[in-house]
Amino acid sequence: MRETTERILHPSEIAEACRELTNQGARLQMAYAWFPEPEGPPEVLYLADVGPHEPFPLLRCTLPVGAWQLDSLATQIPLLGWYEREMMDLCGITFAGHPEPRRLVLHEGAHPVLPPLDPRYPKDQMMAYREMPWDLPPVEGADVQMLPFGPVRGDVLESAQIVFYYIGEAILHCHPRLFFKHRGMERRFEGLTPIMGTFIAEQISGVDSVTHALAYCQAVENACNCEVPPRARYLRTVLAEMERLYNHLYYLGHLCHTTTLKVGEAQGKLLAEQCKQLNGIFTGSRFLRGLLKPGGLRHDLDLHGLPAKLHILEPEIESYMQALEMTNSHLDRLITTGHLPYRTAFDQGASGPIKRASGIQRDLRHDHPYAAYDLFSIEVPVRDGGDAHARVQVRMEEIRTSIALILRAIQQIPDGPIETEVHLKSRAEGLGWCEGPRGSTYYGVHFDDAARLARVKVKSPSFSNWRVFPFTVHDTNMMDYAINEASFGLTMAGCDR
Amino acid sequence: MPIWALYGLRRGLATTPWPEKSEGEQQQGVLGLPVFNPDRCDDNCRACADSCLPNAIGFEASASGERLTIDYGKCIGCQLCTETCPNSALEKSDHWVFGARRREDLVWAEALATQEAHELKQDIQRTFGRSLHIRHVDAGSCNGCESELQALNNPYYNLHRLGMFFTPSPRFADLLLVTGSVTYAMREPLLETYNAMPEPKWVMAVGTCAVSGGVTGGGYSCAHGLDGILPVDIYLPGCPPNPSAMIHALLLLLRRAEQMVHGGHYGR
Repeated sequence: MRETTERILHPSEIAEACRELTNQGARLQMAYAWFPEPEGPPEVLYLADVGPHEPFPLLRCTLPVGAWQLDSLATQIPLLGWYEREMMDLCGITFAGHPEPRRLVLHEGAHPVLPPLDPRYPKDQMMAYREMPWDLPPVEGADVQMLPFGPVRGDVLESAQIVFYYIGEAILHCHPRLFFKHRGMERRFEGLTPIMGTFIAEQISGVDSVTHALAYCQAVENACNCEVPPRARYLRTVLAEMERLYNHLYYLGHLCHTTTLKVGEAQGKLLAEQCKQLNGIFTGSRFLRGLLKPGGLRHDLDLHGLPAKLHILEPEIESYMQALEMTNSHLDRLITTGHLPYRTAFDQGASGPIKRASGIQRDLRHDHPYAAYDLFSIEVPVRDGGDAHARVQVRMEEIRTSIALILRAIQQIPDGPIETEVHLKSRAEGLGWCEGPRGSTYYGVHFDDAARLARVKVKSPSFSNWRVFPFTVHDTNMMDYAINEASFGLTMAGCDR
Repeated sequence: MPIWALYGLRRGLATTPWPEKSEGEQQQGVLGLPVFNPDRCDDNCRACADSCLPNAIGFEASASGERLTIDYGKCIGCQLCTETCPNSALEKSDHWVFGARRREDLVWAEALATQEAHELKQDIQRTFGRSLHIRHVDAGSCNGCESELQALNNPYYNLHRLGMFFTPSPRFADLLLVTGSVTYAMREPLLETYNAMPEPKWVMAVGTCAVSGGVTGGGYSCAHGLDGILPVDIYLPGCPPNPSAMIHALLLLLRRAEQMVHGGHYGR
C-alpha cells in the first residue's frame, strides 16, 4: 500500500515485530483480517504510526490453511485487545493467550454458520440468535449492587448497555456492553463499485459522514494512484471542518445538559443547529452527505456566501465559550471528573480530542496531512489535565481553529476542475485516513479481480475511545457518570458499525 | 460569573413557526427526495436504476413494455439518479415532507387511486387531546436520525411548544418512535419496549432504515426495517429526515397536519 512501509512476515514473527515497533515509540493504529482468496486462509494486517510525516509501518502475515491462530499481544499492547476479539468474532481467528477471550462484536447467543466476514458466508443470511446470559465479571460482597442500564436509555440516545457495580453512590466497576447496533457495515462494501461504496461509508456514523467518506475516498485514490485536483482538496478541507464545527458545538451544548446549565445547553444546541443550517444552504445536506466521491467531488460548491455567515456566528460562539469557562457551577462538575492519565490514554488507544486532552499531541491533519491540510499550518491544541474540563478545552480550541481554517481555505480556493478520473486496478489496495471530530479514522480498502470492493476495513475513533472510557469510570461516583460520558463525545454507530 | 438568565433573554426568540409557514422558508437549500417526471423518461434506459444502491428504483413488466418503479420508502436521497439520468426525468427537489400513513403512499403510482375511506375510526385527537409522549428506540441507526431527533428539542424547533415530549419510560409513552433497520441484538429490546407501553399505542418508523432497511438492511445482522416486526402507523423516509419533516410526521399522526405524499406524488 502507498504511504506505508510494508513487511510481509511469517505468523510467528508478528509478535516480535510489533514489540519492536512499540519499543521505537510507534503506536498501533488498527489490526484487521481479510480473505484474499474466496476459499483461502485469512491475511492479518497490523497498522502502526511512528510519528509525523513518516510512512505508516504495516505488518502483514497470511495464516496457514487450517490453523487460523496467532499469539495474542493484548497483554503487552493492550489497545490490540479489542481488534483481536473482533477478528475472533468476525473472521474466526483464534488468539492464543488472550486475557479476555470473550465475545465482543457479536453477542453471546449469536450463531453464524461461518465467521460473517468469511467470503463463503451467505450474503443475505441473518445469523441465528437466541438471547443468552451475558459473560459478566463476577462480584462478591453483600453490599455490592448491579445496575444494568440500557440498551434503551433515557432521552434520545443511541443503544448501548452500561452495567454498573456499585455501593451507594460509588461505582466499583463499569462494564459497557456495546455492539447492539452492529449492522455488519464492513461487509456491505463487498462487490460494490467505488462510487457506491461512498454511500456505505457515509452511513457508518451519520454525524461523521464527511470524515468517513473522505477517509474512504482517499483509500480508493491511494489504491489507484489518483491525484485529486487542488480545488477539490480545498473544498474537502472546508467540508471536514464544517463537520467538526457543528459536532463540537453540539458537544458543548450536550455537556451543559448533563451539568444542568439550561441556557448553556440551549445556546450550544442552537449554535450547532445554525451550523447545520449553513451546511444545508451551501451543500444541500445538513450532514454534508452526497458530496464526495473517489477522485474528487460530485459537483462544485459555491461557498462565497459562507464567510459572511461565519463572521456573524463567530463572535456568538466565542462569547458563549468564554461564558462557559467563567461559570463555576459548570466547571465544578468538569474539573477532575473522569480523569484519564497519559499512560492509560496511550496504552489503551485513546483517539482524537480525548488523547489530546491527556497530553498526547497527535493529529492526523498535522502529522499525515491529506486534502489541503499540508498547505495550512495546523495548530494541535493539547492539554495535560486528562479530565472532562481538559477534553472541553481541547474541543473549544478546535472550534476556533476550525473557523479560522474554513475562512482561510475559502479565501484561497483555486479555480479548476473538482474531480479527476479514477483508473481502477484489479487487486489494488489502499489506505486512507482522516482526523474527524472524534479522532483518527482509518480505511483499508482491497479490490478484487474485477476491480470491485473485496474488503473495506473501517477503524472509527469511537471504537478506540469506548475501549478507553471505562478506565475513567471505575472508582468514581454515579453523579459524575453522565457528565463523564458526555465529555467523551462518543457515538455508538461508529463503534458498533 | 455570567448571568445565564440574562444571556438567554438577550438572545431573544429563536423558534421557527413551522409548520405555520411554507416549506420553502424552512430548511433553506436542503435537498429532499428526487421528483419523477414520467413524460421525460426514456424507454430502454436504465441509468437511474443502475445507480440506485438501495434499489429504490426498479423496473417491472407491464403491457406496454417495462415500467419504472420508484419506492420512496427505500430512497436515501443520495441524488445519484438525478445526476445519471440523461433527460432530467429525475430531478433534485426540496420535497422532504414525506411522512405517510400508508406504506403504499411512498411507492410511485402511475395513476392516483381515489382516496379510499381508509381512516381509522378511532379519533387520535380525542384520545390524546393535544399532547403526545414519545419513547424513542434506536434499533441500529447511523446516529443521523438521532442527531435530528435531538435537534427537535433545541430552541429552533422547540418541540415542547407543540405539546410533544420524549419520555424516559415506555410506561408513559403514546408513541414508539423507531430508527434503524433493526439489528438482531435490538429486536428483543425493541419488542419489550413496545410491549411495556400502555394501550392505545402507535408506532412511527423514522428514517429510510426503519421504513425499509435502506442500504443498511439485510446482511448477517439486520432486518429490513420495522415491517414484519411491529405494526407501523406513520412512515417517514429520508436519510435522515430533517427535524421539520419529523415535526410534520408527528402532527400527521395527531391529525393536525395533512399528508403531502400520495402514491409517490408530492403536493397537496
